[in-house]
Amino acid sequence: MSRLVVTDLSHAFGGLCAVQDFNLVMGERDLVGLIGPNGAGKTTVFNLLTGVYRPQRGSIALDGRELVGLPQHRIVGLGLARTFQNIRLFGRLSALDNVRTAFYARGTSSWLAALFRLPSSRAEERRILGAARELLDAFGLSAHAHEAAGDLPYGLQRRLEIARALATGPRLLALDEPAAGMNPAEIQRMMEFILWVRERFSLPILLIEHQMALVMGICERIVVLDAGRTIATGTPAAIRDDPAVLAAYLGTEDTHGAAAAD
Amino acid sequence: MMRVPSAAILWRRHRTPTLAGLILLGAMLSFGIPRFGLINEYWQFILITIGINVILALALNLVNGFMGEFSVGHAGFMAAGAYIAAMGTSRWFPADPALVFPFAVILGGLGASVLGLVIAILAFKTSGDYLAIVTLAFLMIVKSVLENIDAVGGPRGLLGIVPLTTLPWVCGWVLLSIWVIRNLVYSRFGRGIMAVREDVVAANLVGVHTREVKILAFVVSAFFTGVAGGLFAHLLQFINPRMFDIIKSTEMLVMVYLGGMGSIAGSILGASVFTVMMELLRPLAAWRMVVMPLILVLLMLFRPRGIMGLTELACFKPREELPTPPAALPPVP
Repeated sequence: MSRLVVTDLSHAFGGLCAVQDFNLVMGERDLVGLIGPNGAGKTTVFNLLTGVYRPQRGSIALDGRELVGLPQHRIVGLGLARTFQNIRLFGRLSALDNVRTAFYARGTSSWLAALFRLPSSRAEERRILGAARELLDAFGLSAHAHEAAGDLPYGLQRRLEIARALATGPRLLALDEPAAGMNPAEIQRMMEFILWVRERFSLPILLIEHQMALVMGICERIVVLDAGRTIATGTPAAIRDDPAVLAAYLGTEDTHGAAAAD
Repeated sequence: MMRVPSAAILWRRHRTPTLAGLILLGAMLSFGIPRFGLINEYWQFILITIGINVILALALNLVNGFMGEFSVGHAGFMAAGAYIAAMGTSRWFPADPALVFPFAVILGGLGASVLGLVIAILAFKTSGDYLAIVTLAFLMIVKSVLENIDAVGGPRGLLGIVPLTTLPWVCGWVLLSIWVIRNLVYSRFGRGIMAVREDVVAANLVGVHTREVKILAFVVSAFFTGVAGGLFAHLLQFINPRMFDIIKSTEMLVMVYLGGMGSIAGSILGASVFTVMMELLRPLAAWRMVVMPLILVLLMLFRPRGIMGLTELACFKPREELPTPPAALPPVP
């Protein structure tokens, strides 16, 4: 069964069509890359999926449940987690607290129990602490558990952000440029890391990336956006030779002419 | 027969002897001082004032420090608590004020938290920096309303309130507010509150119900501010609307920023230092009100994070929060 089914997703800002008729089906272990030139609408797709914007048209179904119209914290609760292009950790909180914060939607104890530290709240806090430590261990971040997230080196911040996203207990992980600003060696490590995350947590991953080495290296399927439209979908090999993709990235006489005519 | 754990066991179990020791010392002193006349009434008054200010600073720190929003209307919640509690002991149930007093104080706190709930629902409906404006308006409304209700004395206020705020009561309320606010801060709701301060967009997208935690923080804050108001009324024995103006809110802000945002220890320090300093500056008379804002300006310039500034003493953290030595690094790609 498909984990994620996105149908005819469309959204415009004012008159500008940011995303038009975006379709995507993801299975239980798919690794899909979303690429396209700057301003193609990739991050907008992420914002639509996670409820930051409410799409004007189309549907998003995760495990058969409709996400459109739900508030952000409910969407996360149903299992759609993401990271950000520019890292957005809680900078002055410890690495451990960053991860623990993400267990919020999975918590069941009431605020009254929290205020008076009733057994239900204490038990839940212990569970959260255990699970968060386990995650930090798995991500090799235990040694930094009590350091402020903002003080960690860049690579570890990226890693921590993914750990935090996984703490929400996702059914699908969306990564927005996980390798931004990385050198080839670091990109190589990030590729292995992403594959490891998929195996370890057995979930599908959708990622936006400009680093072609990473996208071509690990994605099984690639969706190419340009000016809000899906211009190609296929395997990395097929995408590499697709004339429409080459045109979008490098430009051709024709598209320049068309752009001028618009 | 009930088994009472020995002091030694308590000591070891809590691993934070400082807090247990402080509680014991506070309880003993608060009962001992009035009984044996250890210090004169003036210093008792100062101690009680410190206690009330600690509650005020802790409560405001929850909103302005831990959550990073900006409320300037907390004097309004204090007024609500003060008036409700004072009406309780002196008008509604005057037969036995001493018996009514604890319930009147709680009622004052609840009244303030209901107002807080209304404000929070209105102010947090949309995101943005509306809280300062909304709370400022709220403060003005409270003052005008109180000045125009004859049943609560209008501009003259309430007089002849029974002096019931004693050291043990204040000590009890201070400990309760420290405990409850610590519990909240180190719970999943508390981490949500701090996540709102750090990055509200990211907070939403890791599943924090930001509106829920904002409202919770504000209501709890209003409750304890109301309680402090009730204690304040039964200390001074008279209250009027002018006591709860923007100056009172500013005092609370100075205590919070002096002690340190997002720190329980900071609030206790800030409130204590501020109260003692204001007493020492009493000879300056009206010039005190010049000194106070000046302190705030200097603080913002030279130590914007306050004395403690986002750090916490270990004794104010629950045991599970204390760092444990990290395990050996497992292999990760």
